[in-house]
Amino acid sequence: MKAALEAIRQKILVELQEVHDTQTLENIRIKFLGKKGELTAILKQMGKLSAEERPVIGQLANEIRAFMEEHITERTAQLKKELTQQKLKEEKLDVTLPGKKGSIGKKHPLNLVLEEIEEIFLGMGFSIATGPEIELDYYNFEALNIPKDHPARDTQDTFYISDNVLLRTQTSPMQVRVMEKQKPPIRIIAPGRVYRSDAVDATHSPLFHQIEGLVVDKGVTMADLKGTLEIFVKRLYGEDSVVRFRPHHFPFTEPSAELDCMCFNCHGKGCSLCKGEGWIEILGCGMVHPKVLSNCGIDPEIYSGFAFGMGLERVVMRRFNIDDLRLLYENDLRFLNQF
Amino acid sequence: MNLSMKWLSDFVKLKVEPREFSERMSLSGSKVEGWEIEGEEIQNVVVGKILSIEPHPDADKLVICQVDVGESEPLQIVTGATNLHPGDVVPVAKDHSVLPGGKEIRRGKLRGVVSNGMLCSLGELGLTAHDFPYAIEDGIFVLQEDCQLGQDICSAIGLDDTCVEFEITPNRPDCLSVIGLAREVAATFQKSLTLHEPKVQRETGDIHDLLSVCVENEKLCQRYVARMVKNIKIGPSPRWMRERLRASGVRPINNIVDITNYVMLEYGQPMHAFDYKYVKGGKIVVRNAKEGESIMTLDGVERRLSPQMLVICDEEKPSAVAGVMGGEYSGIMDDTDMIVFESACFLGSSVRTTARKLGMRTESSARFEKGLDTQTCIPAVMRACELVELLGAGEVVGGMIDIDNSDYKPTEIILDPQWINRFIGIDISREEMVDILQQLDCQIDGDTIIVPSFRKDLEHKADIAEEIARFHGYDKIPSTAIRGVAQGALTEYQKFERTLTNALLAQGCYEISSYSFISPKYYDKICLPQEHPLRKSVVILNPLGEDTSVMRTTAIPSMMEILSRNYNNRNGSASLFELANEYIPVDGQELPDENPVVTIGQYGASYDFFTLKGVVENLFSVLGISDLTVQAQSDIPYYHPGRCACLLSGDMQLGTIGEIHPQVAENYGIDVRVYVAHLHCDALFNARCGEKEYHPLPKFPATTRDLALLCDDDLPVQSIEKAIRAGAGGLLEQVDLFDIYKGKQIPDGKKSIAYNITMRSADRTLTDEDIEKAMEKILKKLAEIGASIRS
Repeated sequence: MKAALEAIRQKILVELQEVHDTQTLENIRIKFLGKKGELTAILKQMGKLSAEERPVIGQLANEIRAFMEEHITERTAQLKKELTQQKLKEEKLDVTLPGKKGSIGKKHPLNLVLEEIEEIFLGMGFSIATGPEIELDYYNFEALNIPKDHPARDTQDTFYISDNVLLRTQTSPMQVRVMEKQKPPIRIIAPGRVYRSDAVDATHSPLFHQIEGLVVDKGVTMADLKGTLEIFVKRLYGEDSVVRFRPHHFPFTEPSAELDCMCFNCHGKGCSLCKGEGWIEILGCGMVHPKVLSNCGIDPEIYSGFAFGMGLERVVMRRFNIDDLRLLYENDLRFLNQF
Repeated sequence: MNLSMKWLSDFVKLKVEPREFSERMSLSGSKVEGWEIEGEEIQNVVVGKILSIEPHPDADKLVICQVDVGESEPLQIVTGATNLHPGDVVPVAKDHSVLPGGKEIRRGKLRGVVSNGMLCSLGELGLTAHDFPYAIEDGIFVLQEDCQLGQDICSAIGLDDTCVEFEITPNRPDCLSVIGLAREVAATFQKSLTLHEPKVQRETGDIHDLLSVCVENEKLCQRYVARMVKNIKIGPSPRWMRERLRASGVRPINNIVDITNYVMLEYGQPMHAFDYKYVKGGKIVVRNAKEGESIMTLDGVERRLSPQMLVICDEEKPSAVAGVMGGEYSGIMDDTDMIVFESACFLGSSVRTTARKLGMRTESSARFEKGLDTQTCIPAVMRACELVELLGAGEVVGGMIDIDNSDYKPTEIILDPQWINRFIGIDISREEMVDILQQLDCQIDGDTIIVPSFRKDLEHKADIAEEIARFHGYDKIPSTAIRGVAQGALTEYQKFERTLTNALLAQGCYEISSYSFISPKYYDKICLPQEHPLRKSVVILNPLGEDTSVMRTTAIPSMMEILSRNYNNRNGSASLFELANEYIPVDGQELPDENPVVTIGQYGASYDFFTLKGVVENLFSVLGISDLTVQAQSDIPYYHPGRCACLLSGDMQLGTIGEIHPQVAENYGIDVRVYVAHLHCDALFNARCGEKEYHPLPKFPATTRDLALLCDDDLPVQSIEKAIRAGAGGLLEQVDLFDIYKGKQIPDGKKSIAYNITMRSADRTLTDEDIEKAMEKILKKLAEIGASIRS
């Protein structure tokens, strides 16, 4: 019997060597360890053994059972590993095949950049105001210190609806509307569509977008204007942007300025992008004219403020190197798809 | 405004390169657009003298010249010109020279004879006969200038000025003059400004014996000053004057006309000269034009005048449109013997309106319309008379007519250094402020600033603050942060707009941006009946063209336009959306309503009515809009009558959705099906559920049942689903339609619909009995609408 048991030990080792699938392995387990297996068959003959032999053989049988179980477990693990390896090998993909795309929409580039600008100002504690596009002459001009027949009206060719009603030529009327409704402190931006009767070409459109800004409180200074707009430009164009404030004229601010950014292309040397000037005009700004504050019922002796305005299209065109403004309003998918 | 640097040097002595000059002037508020150095392109062109002219042996039309250019040997140059004689002094472009436009001249052979360069005409140097009236244009430029042989041509003919172009803002008409800019230059570079008081040496006779002036409209003519000159000798003006005019972009004409232009450029005061013999009755009347009057202006155009226009007349008829342009018949001619100089100040708004109405903007009107200074009239006319004497162009008549209606008093502003420092955020001394203001010709009297008459833009202490700030330097103002607490946040509506946009982007829709104005014909394109209320748009009085002449009352045509453009550009499919405004006129309201809508448009193989409806349903789900009712709609003109629905939440109209009517699609040149949704943002905003609440995940299993129903074909699925929901009550979790079948085994006019119904309770596992009860109720409800189990 002892010999028979030892023989099983050898036999299972040989058979396990040749197993290559889990089913055969299971069969081997049943064959050797099952109820009708070889080990059981041998143990059934235990009764024929003497009392002295029985514990010895019993111990040997247990040892062999443990031996076989151990080897089956080991082989099972090994085989599983082999099979996994095999499967992984078979599942190899050509990862250079194209991806399967779900559809995804894209924001219009104007709104893409507008939202970025809004976020910058929201972060500086500004709110966003809105106002009508079809506007009273009073808000668009009179209240902004541009009376009828003022030469500044010439620079903004206006679409009229009636003597008194027009398509706003600038976002500045929203300054007045906000100041009429809200008492200081005021800190808003007001983006929107504006209209001027410019014929359509690569750099002109009768409809475009501006973003207006207004801050009014006690003790607001021109230094605050500089600080605020410098931060804005750095957020929008990068920390290394170099800006300068150049005196200018707007009827509704005094002092007035234009903010120039050192040309991104030539860094001030002068190139075709900046028309040789080395600087690119970014926005107009200034301290709110005391007359405008008074027109809105805010006492200029107590409060002061600053305002600014910029064209969105130009920012967008520079950002993406778009050379023709018309593309923004044609809305061709081959264009929209690029942003 | 073009500024000649030579001219500027009459008033300010300054040595600085154009680049630095431009930079510093821009930073003190006079924006430089660019500059041009005259003759910069011309290289290696010198003065030469023709020694001899011989015929060319092989060409009848060419001659061989020997030209002395101040070198040891004369140059041999072949030319085809016929206006040359030995001894003529001419411009010689030597070998390796460059002419304007980058044209290079090299030594070469002409019909076998060596030519060492080229003799130049006026045109080849970029000039015209207006610059050198003694020279001819179709031949070599024969110089009558005092110059050296071999001298650089640019210095020999005065083509060496630098001209700087300024952008002058409308508040500074004083800077539309050399003196005005010189004042800014002096203040910018802290140099002294040398002004000169014009004087006339000899006067004969008295103007009052020859001329009377009557100003009828005192409001529009604030001042009228006249002086006269007799024994006029019309001729070209001297070279220095022509050069300065040319550098300023003004064409030299003759001495008298040139003097008026010169004074306008120098003083910023437009001048006019009338030929006295055409001033009928020796009388100038400044009045409004009469109905039906007209005038032939100097540019040879007959202009119809209207009574709002101010004109300068003689006894009979208008001889100039005040401040805009003179008449042809009283203009300066070669035989002019006596003239009247007009130096007047007309009301800016009146000149502006007149110039616009006549469609003519002149150097004169561009200055007047900004509001000129009544105090410059006299110095300007004096300068004109002084120049007449200087040029020997005539004899100045004694006396002056001056009708001053201006009642001018200088503006006074309090100098408040503390306020200025606080307002700008700087800390500079009163002394520095006073220095700056005095440079600008302001007088300081104690704490009062007396503003010079030409600075009408200085009215308020904020204006003074700007003068201080720009000459102190904007770059020296510190950059500080705004004080105080701010609460920057999006409003609920702005958050809603962003949610809406993101929901549509996530579903593959591309955002577009379209014009808000359209052509009224677009209403025809979308088949609106003639009397449809949407045809009543806000109309632009002065549109650019019909295409952009009314404000849209519906954003549908804009969406169609852009879908059509994409279709025509062969983009196979498109899914677009826009947040757009619609402009609806309202009776009794001065301003129309501006209603925000969202339009969604789709065409292409992967889109149909239900893909669009799916997008809208997902959108509603994101916005938390429940209680949605879909009503078939067949009477919206631009939609397919059988494929259109109206969407409601409760009784609130949210919008419409449907396939575009094939006729409309055809009108837009699209021959595939197009689907458009049109939703009202305000309604969506009101119907949305801003707050989301968590529902615990189910603890008990769900039970599902399939239900196959038979009903009339035209019974909307929506009502079946409603019946199922009503029947199942609180147990219902989900109803999914998974099949609709018509055809074999189904009677005509019927359809079979299959649902998968999921039921669950939150607090127990449902028993078969629960389910059976619920199913019974469902079937009962279904029976009420005529749907029964398909057997």
